[in-house]
Parts: sequence; C-alpha cells; structure tokens
Amino acid sequence: MKKTAKSNLAIKLVSLVSTFAIIQLLIYLDIINDYLQATLATICINIILAVSLNLITGFTGQFSLGHAGFMSIGAYTCALITLRNPTIPGFILGVLSGAVAAALVGAIVGLPTLRLRGDYLAIATLGMSEIIRIVFLNLDEITNGAAGLQDIPQFTNWMWLFIYTTGTVLIISNFIKSSHGRACISIREDEIAAEAMGISSTKYKVTAFTIGAFFAGIAGALYASTFNFIDPKIFGFSKSIDVLVIVVLGGLGSISGSIIAAVLLGIITTYLQAFANIQMILYSVLLIIIMIFRPQGLMGSKEISLSVFSKLGDSLKSKKGRV
Amino acid sequence: MEQLLQQAINGISLGSIYALIALGYTMVYGIIKLINFAHSDVYMLGAYFGYVCMTSFKLDFLPSLLISMILCTLTGVIVEKVAYKPLRNATRIAVLITAIGVSLFIEYVTMAIAGANVRSYPPQKGLFAQSVNLGNINITMQQIIIVSITIILMVLLQFIVKKTRIGKAMRAVSIDSDAAELMGINVNTTISFTFALGSALAGAAGIMVGIYYNSINPLMGMLPGLKAFVAAVFGGIGIIPGAMIGGYFIGIVEVLVSGYSNSMYRDGVVFAILILVLILKPAGLLGKNTREKV
Amino acid sequence: MPILSVKKLTKSFGGLMAVSNVNMEINKGELVGLIGPNGAGKTTVFNLLTGIYEPSSGTVTFDSNGVKKDIQGLKPHAISKIGLARTFQNIRLFKDLTVIDNVRIAMHQNVKYGLISSFLHLPSYSREEALLTEKSLELLKILKLGHKKDELAKNLPYGEQRHLEIARALATKPALLLLDEPAAGMNPAETSQLTELISWIRKEFDLTILLIEHDMSLVMKICERIYVLDYGTVIAEGTPEEIKNNKRVIEAYLGEDLNNAGD
Repeated sequence: MKKTAKSNLAIKLVSLVSTFAIIQLLIYLDIINDYLQATLATICINIILAVSLNLITGFTGQFSLGHAGFMSIGAYTCALITLRNPTIPGFILGVLSGAVAAALVGAIVGLPTLRLRGDYLAIATLGMSEIIRIVFLNLDEITNGAAGLQDIPQFTNWMWLFIYTTGTVLIISNFIKSSHGRACISIREDEIAAEAMGISSTKYKVTAFTIGAFFAGIAGALYASTFNFIDPKIFGFSKSIDVLVIVVLGGLGSISGSIIAAVLLGIITTYLQAFANIQMILYSVLLIIIMIFRPQGLMGSKEISLSVFSKLGDSLKSKKGRV
Repeated sequence: MEQLLQQAINGISLGSIYALIALGYTMVYGIIKLINFAHSDVYMLGAYFGYVCMTSFKLDFLPSLLISMILCTLTGVIVEKVAYKPLRNATRIAVLITAIGVSLFIEYVTMAIAGANVRSYPPQKGLFAQSVNLGNINITMQQIIIVSITIILMVLLQFIVKKTRIGKAMRAVSIDSDAAELMGINVNTTISFTFALGSALAGAAGIMVGIYYNSINPLMGMLPGLKAFVAAVFGGIGIIPGAMIGGYFIGIVEVLVSGYSNSMYRDGVVFAILILVLILKPAGLLGKNTREKV
Repeated sequence: MPILSVKKLTKSFGGLMAVSNVNMEINKGELVGLIGPNGAGKTTVFNLLTGIYEPSSGTVTFDSNGVKKDIQGLKPHAISKIGLARTFQNIRLFKDLTVIDNVRIAMHQNVKYGLISSFLHLPSYSREEALLTEKSLELLKILKLGHKKDELAKNLPYGEQRHLEIARALATKPALLLLDEPAAGMNPAETSQLTELISWIRKEFDLTILLIEHDMSLVMKICERIYVLDYGTVIAEGTPEEIKNNKRVIEAYLGEDLNNAGD
C-alpha cells in the first residue's frame, strides 16, 4: 500500500515536471508563439476557475452563477496593487490579496444566500455578481469606471501560471479527498441526512463557497496580470456562464473532467478563430450536441487517476509471478 | 409630484415589456423547471421580425405585430422540439446548459445575418407619433399602445389558462406531469403549447420595444431578459399573476432609480431587491414555501 | 433517570395539528417502541426530536452524561453532536458514495485535523484518516457489510441498505438511537435477524433505543415499553402486555389483532 503511494507520488512529480519542461521548451523554441501563449494563459485561468466552481457546484451541489464576480474582485485587487507596486513581490502580494478579498466577499455573500436551494441560489449568486460588477463600474475614482484599468504590469509567464494552476488543482483535489471534503459531498448527496449525521450544512456550504471564491480570485488576478487590461464588462454574467459550461462539459464532480474540458475548449476556440464570423455559432452548436448526446459531461463524475496505471502494473506483475 | 407621475407612466410602459417577457419565463419554469435562457433571444427576434415587416415590407404596426408573434411562436416551438425535448429525462443542469447553447446560437446567427450593429426602427407616423399632454405630464401614443396591448394579451392569456382545455392541461402538467400523463393529457403537446404562448408574448414585447426605444441589436435580449427573469422570481416563479406584478414592479423601480439618483445604479438596485426578496421570501411574493418531505 | 424527556411537544403545519401535547420519558438503557396507525405522527415526532422540524411548542430535554440540555429548536447537526442519532424510514443514504464513505462521513464530527491539513495532506491528515478508515471498517464488519465497503450504497440490496443506515447512525457515537421503521420491507427471516441485531448493538454500544415499527412481532418481542400515538396524541403507554390489552389501542388499530402478533 505505502509503496504504491510513494511510486504514485513519484509518477505524479515526474509527469508534472516534464509537462512544465516540455512547454517551457516549446516556448523557448517559439513553437508556442505569443499568440498561443495567450491561449495557454486562458486555458490555465479557465482550469482554475472551473475546478474551483466544480468544488461549489459539482461537489457541494450548490448551483452558483456568480463566479465572474469573485474573479473580478481578484482582478481589480491585483491590478490596483501591481499598478502602485510593479515588482515581483508586489505581484505575489497582489494575487494573494485578490484571492483573500474574493474569499472574504464569498463568505459574506454566502452566509445569507446559501440557505437558498437550486435555481434560487443560482439567481441570487447571479444577482450578487452583477452587483459587484455595477459597483466596480461606479467606483470611478478607483477603478476608472467603464473605461477600465490599462497598462497593468505583466508578470505572469508560463512558470507562474503553472505554479498557480497545479497548486489550485492539488489543493482542491486534496480537500475533496479529506473528511471536510466528504462533508461537502454529503450535502450534495442528501442535505437532510448529512445534517442528521452531524454535518453543519451551513458551515460546509460556506466553506466550499469561500474556497471556491478564493481560487476564482487568483484566476482573476492572473487574468489582469496576463492581459494588462480589465474593465467591468469582462466579468459580466456571460463569464460566469462560460465557467459553468466548462464544468458541466467536463462533468460535475470530476476535477480531471474540468481540466480536460478547459484544455479542449481552449484549443477548439483557438482553431475556430480562423472562422471568426461563425465561431460562436459553431461553439453553441457543439454545446447543444454534447449536452443532447452526453448530458453527464465528458467524464461524468469519474476521475482519471494513476490507479488505472497501477492496476495495469499489478496485472503485469501477477503475470510475471506465474511465469 | 408631476415628475413622479411622469416617472410612473414611463415605469408602467417599461414594466409592461418586462411583464410580457417574464410571463414566458414563468410559464416554462412552471411546467418543466427550466430557466429558458433562450427566451430573451426570442424577444430579440421579435424585434427583428417586426423590423423586417416594417422596413422591407412596409407593413403597418398591427400586421407586423401579428406576424412577429407568429414567427416567434414558431421559433419557440422549434427550439423546444429540437433542443429541449431530447433532454426530457436528463439532469436539469444539462438542460440549462443546452438553453445557454440555444441562446448563443440565436444571438450569433442573427448577428451573422443582420450584422452586429445597431439598427433603428423606421420613424413612426400618424397616430404613433402623437402624444397626449395632461398638464406637464406627457404620455406618448406609443406608451398608450404598449400598455393597452399588454393588457389585452394578459387578459387573453388568463382566459386561455383558466378557461380552455389546453390551459387546464398546462396547469395539470405544471403540478404533476406524471399524474397528468396518466390522466390522458398529452404532456409533450402541452409543453410545446406553453413555449408557443410564452414566445408569442416575447415577440410582442420585442416589436414594442422596437417602436418605443427605436434601436435594436442582436444582444439586446440579454439584460432585459435577465431582469424579466428577476421579475418572475420576484413575483413567485411559476405563478402567472406573479410575473405580471414582478414585471411592473421592476419597471417602475428602475425608472424611479434612474430618475432620482445615478442611473448607473439602476441595475444594481434591481438585483439588490432580488436578493432581498429571495432571502426574506424565497418563493417570491405570491409563492408558497414548500418543505421537503422527510 | 431519563435520558430524554419530552414535555407537551406540539407541532402544527398551517392549521393541521400533526403532533399535540406529546409527553414521553425514556430512561437510560431502555428500548422503547413508538407505534400507531399510519399518519399518527410518529415520524413527525422523530423529526421534532432530531431538529428537522422546529416544534410549535413544548420542550425536549436530553441528558448527556448528567448534563441536562433543552434541545428543541436546535439544528439537526447540533443535536447529532449531543448524542442523538437516527435512521430514516425512506432510506436516505448518500447513495452515490461508497459504503465506507457513508460511515466515514458520519464520523466526521470527531475529526480534529483542520482545513489547512486537508489542503496539504499533512501528517495529521494521514494519521486521522487511517484511524477513521479502520474504525469505519470495524463498524461495517459488525453489521456484516465489511466485504462491501467499496460498493456504492445505491447498489446494495434493500436489506443491506437498512443495515448501512444503522451503521451510519452508530458512527455518530450516539447515546440515544432513533430507528424509523428499521424492518420496513423485510421478510420474516430478515426481520428476526434484525431483531437480534438491535438487541445486540444495544448491549454492545450501551445504547438507549426508541423505535418506530409497524411489525408488531418485532415491537412486542424486544420493546420494554411502548408509546401509542394516534392523531398526534399519545393514547396509551405501557409494557407490551398492557398495550396488547388496551381498549383504546385496539380501537385505534381496528381490524388489527394485536394478540396474534408477537408469536
């Protein structure tokens, strides 16, 4: 048991490091050019958004349409900090403050609204996210209103994206495999039974919501620092929808699903760019077709894990043993 | 005081539009528990159909209204048959994502055909260009027409839902579709009919917004659609009179906020009211709280 | 010494009195039955005791290790932590989760490691998770579910789902266990196995048990005392023998012969 755990860890580390190195090499060789680097950044940001929303919607079962709101808090916080302090420490501080600010708002908003169920919660979170957007729109002196913030110093590169993305994925999947994570999942399964078994549904809904908001804040901060420009329009209702689409396409309750869907959609939209005028039409048709033929999403609630490989290894070993 | 009355009249006109759209949301939600995101785009199509009738075919308002309503009805029914019906037994979130897909599809197909730019309705002539002055209060003929048509359509809707066989079937399916099916009601036809009714009303709202605000674009449905949905939730989703009350309430609040304070906060106030209502009375103004059976 | 005393417990839904003026006392270590015709309000009483419904009036006092505490109006999770656990009549397992996860979730209230440890899987996580898994497995073995630990709860046969409900309730370490129709849908052989199981876990876990049951053979065999509920009020209370011969009870159960039961 212990041995496989250790070898799994080794496999994970090796695959992570090699992914990082290969892409870094491709960037160095300019095979991944500036244009594709933007796609890469979008994919990473979308992975962070989708995995964190999956924690709220897929694992805890709380239907949220407000992720763009948390993202915008992270983006504005980080942009304002790095504009005043354009250094690497300033950037790190900006990302963390953005995340903490988003988490705080998440907790404050979550406490009253998470009593609502299903579609009502969805609409309340949507309303909340619109309010956040309208506040940013009206705080002219700080956020420059509808014109947005320009010339945000760019610090994100592949290394930072990689660190934040893998960090998010690891922390959230670790959380889900813990007792606290199981408490969240039990609320999705049956809230009344969970309560009767001693799980405070309010506490764990708010916990999941706050963690989700924290990472959405990180995604927003990375967005601001990658694309140098933000305005309130970017974080409208359609942004929340985009994230939800990734989560549902990948499969509610599947982290690997969210990652795969984010990568696939990133690649598809990049290629569709060639057909700019019908890009969105193709995208919407694709969406409808996938939902009609695979409503549970690409992965359902399953995960791709190393156990598949280790099972393979075991069966090989046992064959060897017989020989 | 006069200003307040003037604002109220403007609010009632805007509220009529919201109420008409909200009815479609609330009926569809009542019957299949779906937030039909594509509904706001049927409203947008209504505006475009009316535009084509009035500019290309030089038709008058009334025939344009009728044609636009009929075409929207067809759109609504086709959307339901093609996109939602195959998902009748899927999870609700899957249907919701499909609805988002349909919404994007309609928006961008319209954009591909008609272009992304704003178009203006032809200037109104004759009766439509006139207005009535009561003291310092100005009521345009357009406002009178919007409100009267809305009232006529609502009375008609109430009649259909309360007095006809298909209306009874609608109410039965919304309470319990399995039981309704066992009682010999054709559930699929009833659902299609509900989409048809809602889409016709949205079509009417679309063309009336066209003559009222004079400008239309392929994404014009998004925000009014969202607010109309808020109106439906405010009144109690699934409840027809609730959608009417909600629509007028949101319309009036919006006009008052933009009249008396920063108009930028208009939408914020609408959403803040929504959240308050949801927290204080989650089932909406006219809704009953239901508890889960243990 | 009563572990649970219920005074004038009343619940009305709108104008309908579902439970009115119910008084009950359950002593430590007792096994008490709560019976009554369909719709008498038995499950509503359970829902009131476990905090799923808030009583309209009345008090529920729970004695946890000598400290008396009024628990009416508390949230269900708080009541569970005080030491009151339940099963559900209409089985409410976490059906898409594995059997062992169902039990581990019920043990969550004793988990001490915090969020940071769960994010980073620190040593405290590994240590406590191992312990949690071990304890859950022990409990599953007692209820003869050990070999099914990795199955999804929804794939268990009906009888085993009922067993898992009991295992899950036991995992919260209760002092008082409320069983809502544990034998519903079981055949006579299964019911008699269950009867033995209930007696056994009561001794093994030093439990007080209150159970709702329609199967009179089970009730008459293992309950020491019985409360009879009809139209939301207690119409009789006593030993199985007394209840069998109570005129009002027989009237309430018109047509059911209590004397034939229990053989």
